[in-house]
Amino acid sequence: MIRERHLNILLLAGFLAVPLYALAVDEPFTITLATRAAILALAAVGLNIALGWGGLVSFGHAAFFGIGGYSMGILAFHAQNYMPLDLGFAVLEGTKSMPVIWLVATLTSALAALAIGALSLRTSGVYFIMITLAFAQMFYYFAISWSRYGGEDGISIYVRNEFPGLNTLAPIQFFGLCFAALLLALWLNARLVASPFGLALNAARQVPVRVQTVGLDPTRLKLVAFVISGAITGLAGALFADLNRFVSPSMFSWHLSGELIVLIILGGVGRLMGPVIGAILFVALDHILGGWTTHWHIALGAILLGVVLFARGGVIGLLCGPKGQA
Amino acid sequence: MSEIVLETCGITKSFGNLRASDGISIDLRAGEIHAVIGPNGAGKSTLIHQISGGLRPDAGQVWLNGRDVTALATPARARLGLGRTFQISALAMEDTVLENVLLGALGASGRVWRFWSQVMADRALRERAEAALARVGLSEQMHTRTSALSHGQRRQLEVAVALTLRPRAFVMDEPMAGLGAEGSKTLTGFLDGLRAEAPILLVEHDMDAVFALADRISVLVYGRIIATGSVDDIRANPEVREAYLGDGA
Repeated sequence: MIRERHLNILLLAGFLAVPLYALAVDEPFTITLATRAAILALAAVGLNIALGWGGLVSFGHAAFFGIGGYSMGILAFHAQNYMPLDLGFAVLEGTKSMPVIWLVATLTSALAALAIGALSLRTSGVYFIMITLAFAQMFYYFAISWSRYGGEDGISIYVRNEFPGLNTLAPIQFFGLCFAALLLALWLNARLVASPFGLALNAARQVPVRVQTVGLDPTRLKLVAFVISGAITGLAGALFADLNRFVSPSMFSWHLSGELIVLIILGGVGRLMGPVIGAILFVALDHILGGWTTHWHIALGAILLGVVLFARGGVIGLLCGPKGQA
Repeated sequence: MSEIVLETCGITKSFGNLRASDGISIDLRAGEIHAVIGPNGAGKSTLIHQISGGLRPDAGQVWLNGRDVTALATPARARLGLGRTFQISALAMEDTVLENVLLGALGASGRVWRFWSQVMADRALRERAEAALARVGLSEQMHTRTSALSHGQRRQLEVAVALTLRPRAFVMDEPMAGLGAEGSKTLTGFLDGLRAEAPILLVEHDMDAVFALADRISVLVYGRIIATGSVDDIRANPEVREAYLGDGA
């Protein structure tokens, strides 16, 4: 068995090596693939906080991914058209600045997570899964009918947004930004898990009655975890929109919610690097198998079945053993 | 008579046609162990749930330290000083023994909304948690996963978590459940000393433990308290003998 810490370092080093190698041999498409993996991993790191530590099986995290995406799309759309954004109570200029866009994406998705979480946490189990799915679908259909921002066609952004001091149009520099965001989220995740809040959240997932009898409210703990989770997935949505320079209602689609869950199960639920391994595998399979057949999801399904039946802890569980032992 | 710490005033709770609690009034005074006994289905669990806050009575009140807590939920009652243990251990099995008692210390400290500091590095919490473990004799198992503990050790840990709260009153639901003779004896000795710190409302099936520990015993049958008194009173009470103890006792 490999020590989990060693595996984590190895994994991040390997992840970083791929785009650097691609840069050396001049294969920008590989850098784009790595960027996609980093962004999906970031979205799944967000979901893993709710799913892995809070025990909240959210089948609606596409809502936050999409809100992040539309935050970017709307701000950049108004900036590129030189058309101020009239909110009714205030008139804002659009912006092409990534830090501002990220802040807006994170805050709006956190707010949405607060509202969705507060309502959804009145239920649990299958009902929680269904109600989160229902919320995400509401956003999906709203986006489709939102003709001001392209409806079904979405919004195209002509030039990637700007980050001070960097040329974001260079694939490797944009990858660097996404990878840095992923590292930051992983660091935050690791601190969170070892914090007083993390300890209480972990217990709230396992024995809510115990948490109550020591004077804490398990629902409130889970709600805060859900908000942090939604905010991180929202940030990933803004980055994803910038990667494609395009936002559409498909970012809100339930397929994406499902994919994020699949990523985490593949990598390891409630394991720090589970989402990262899952995202790398997912993007690699998509690229390699997708090159042979458009029906590559059948193979993904078979792999997922294998993981669920024979390797409950995902790839990390397979390599490092059950949680807490490594 | 010493001061009343915990009291129920005529609490009533029905489930459909079944009256699980029928106007129960009992109190717990400083320094005592008050045992509640009764046959299966007498309504002991329902009573405990109403005291700890999991169930709201249809009528009547629950008082804790001179305060009406009937409308308060479980966490609020815990913060006011009610320490509860469970019949079936409610512990975070994936976590270590230390993490389980740290949870109790955390609840008592109110420092749960810290997202950045490291819980294992919080010396005040650690001291409080480790002291509770030392008292029940689980210091050596501190870093063991809870799922690897024996049944008896889990019962001890259950008590340790309640200790970290430094409660004003304990409510213990069959702490001896499933313990062997040796384990029962050790825990009985421990609870005997604990009453000086905070009184214990003890629901227990183990009659040896009840007779050894209780200052007062209340007998619950079909949702009613049919008798309250000292160990000798209860042993001598003909109604109790018929309803519960059988003639051999």
